[in-house]
Amino acid sequence: MSKRIGLEASFATAEAARMADVDVIAAYPITPQTHIPERLAEMVADGELNAAYVPVESEHSAMSACLGAAAVGARTFTATAGQGLELMHEVVYAASSMRYPVVMTVCNRALSAPLSVWGDHSDAMAVRDTAWIQVFCQNSQEAFDLTLWAFRVGEDPKVLFPVMVHLDGFHLSHVTEPVILPEQEEVDRFLPRFHYPFALDPNRPMTHGGFGPPDIYSEAKIAQELAFRQSKEVVLQAWKEFGDIFGRCYCPVESYRIEGAKTLLMTMGSFTETAKIVIDERRGKGEAIGLISLRLWRPFPFEEFRQTVKDAEILIIFDRCISPGMGGPVFSEVRSALYDEEPRPKVVSLIGGLGGRDMSDEDFDYVVSRGKEIAEKGSEKMLETVGVRGEVIRIRG
Amino acid sequence: MRMQEKSIKFGKNLVTTEEFFTAGHSFCIGCGEALALRLACKALGSNVIIANATGCIEICTSPLPITSWRIPWIHTLFENTAATISGIEAGLKILMKKGTIPERNIKCVAVAGDGGTSDIGIQALSGAFERNHDFLYLCFDNEAYMNTGIQRSSATPYGASTTTAPAGKLSIGQITRKKNMAEIAVAHDIPYVATACPSFPFDLMNKVKKGAEVEGPAYIHIFSPCPTGWRHASDLAIEIGRLAVETGIFPLYEVESGRYRLNIARPKLKPVEEYLKLQGRYRHLMNREIEKIQAMINEDYAKLTKKVAAFAA
Repeated sequence: MSKRIGLEASFATAEAARMADVDVIAAYPITPQTHIPERLAEMVADGELNAAYVPVESEHSAMSACLGAAAVGARTFTATAGQGLELMHEVVYAASSMRYPVVMTVCNRALSAPLSVWGDHSDAMAVRDTAWIQVFCQNSQEAFDLTLWAFRVGEDPKVLFPVMVHLDGFHLSHVTEPVILPEQEEVDRFLPRFHYPFALDPNRPMTHGGFGPPDIYSEAKIAQELAFRQSKEVVLQAWKEFGDIFGRCYCPVESYRIEGAKTLLMTMGSFTETAKIVIDERRGKGEAIGLISLRLWRPFPFEEFRQTVKDAEILIIFDRCISPGMGGPVFSEVRSALYDEEPRPKVVSLIGGLGGRDMSDEDFDYVVSRGKEIAEKGSEKMLETVGVRGEVIRIRG
Repeated sequence: MRMQEKSIKFGKNLVTTEEFFTAGHSFCIGCGEALALRLACKALGSNVIIANATGCIEICTSPLPITSWRIPWIHTLFENTAATISGIEAGLKILMKKGTIPERNIKCVAVAGDGGTSDIGIQALSGAFERNHDFLYLCFDNEAYMNTGIQRSSATPYGASTTTAPAGKLSIGQITRKKNMAEIAVAHDIPYVATACPSFPFDLMNKVKKGAEVEGPAYIHIFSPCPTGWRHASDLAIEIGRLAVETGIFPLYEVESGRYRLNIARPKLKPVEEYLKLQGRYRHLMNREIEKIQAMINEDYAKLTKKVAAFAA
């Protein structure tokens, strides 16, 4: 029987890694990720988890050790946040280009300076183009479920890409919520032992990571891109299998009360649950409004996204990051994804929740009313923000 | 008097004719590093996994889709080789413990240049030493960033001219002393540290074999003459390596569990000028500078012999 217990999202993540019977954990402590490696180290120390815990001296080495472990066929896990993800940046690319299915939890954190240990999506957006499969979690249950799922997807011989599971730092990583933990037998059914087909082995010598001269690099990258896009098939298949075994169903784009909605609000991660309150309130007053949350960030779910928003007139994108000189990065992407669609909603952007700034239901209410206003009348501001002191009054242009 | 090498485990006929690092690579003609690598691979045998840092060896042996390696080999990045081998070692150990793969003695070997070791890779290396992974680290030291075009590193010796510390009207080139990586390794209290040079092939192979067999981290710093970067004739790599040892600018020694042993010792060192004059990178040096280098060598060599006497094996 599965059991339902109160579990912090970080501990739920560690529990998923334990139930996945992970072989190697290489991690370096950074707030707000620490509870994950601490819990895993404790499990190894107590014999609850038969794994090698490699206490590396930096995040750069954490991901590098993960590559080495994955290269010999070990199921490999790490976790990091903010600056740590930045420090390991070049290794993050190598992981996907070398096709090692490492699983990494990122407890999303703002980037220095000024130093901030608190959450936003700047770290996630900085690794957007690393060819990792990436998902955003809304709650502790998803932290558990999507971590298990990450191993299943990444290790699929048709995929062999690393998977990044994003948890909002503090707002989710440190929140205790009810989590349903499955039986080990169910987990084993969902997630078979990992057999890496290209493991380094003296009996079968193989060269990993040769360099790409100009006459081969382009082909290598395009082949990688095709494989990466095709991985979506397994992403969906694994979610279906997950639903069949555990009874919880996931999809790339989650929608909430979108039937007949003229206005859609879009969020990513744990703030989605706060935004739902506003949707309920406004629906209660008869407003045709709904919410969508992008769970699968990479590979980008074009079809599902377009299908979900096609009937809306206004789509309000809430970003927890600024692409300097450009605006909200998620906004830019989804607007681009809709450019060729006819008809398509008017897409507007608001930015907030930076560096741990909380977003209350009132804040989301402002996002909706201001978003609708911008959609109708346009904006005279250079940047539309929520919950930020000091009005950004400069005129566009 | 010609120097004699003591062969501990290898006789002339005991070296395998099998090649694990094979022909078809693109090293420069007369490269001392390629020779040292070939010898090291012969000593290691086939039951090995190599993690290679970015650098000459990586570039000259792995242009996709070609490989010069008949043993499992991985390159990920530049500064992370010690961390990569840490993961390989930890992965193999746990997979054997869990019975996922059969139990066997696979040697984990990291290969890097002097830049990848003493500059950008030193943090990862120090971490791997401290965590006591069972691995052998081979630093092939050609005393500058040769792969990118002879830029100075912290392993470039005093007085050498490189492209980023060139000799000029106001400069003699490198004005800092060579970082002593072998002693930095010793400071980590690891079980085995040695220096080696391909001009002394049996000594080199013995050390590689020993380093691979020892339990825990082992470090071997391998002097690798570079005709292109040092600007010497391509038939002189062996001669220059020999002179480096005989002049004491690169002494051959090993440190086993803190005990020092000088492997090639002679009562009197040859003057360093004999070594310097064969290389274009030192061509600009005036007598005053050569004397200064000689004084440094005397000082360093005296320090080493004191350690050998004090902590004899």
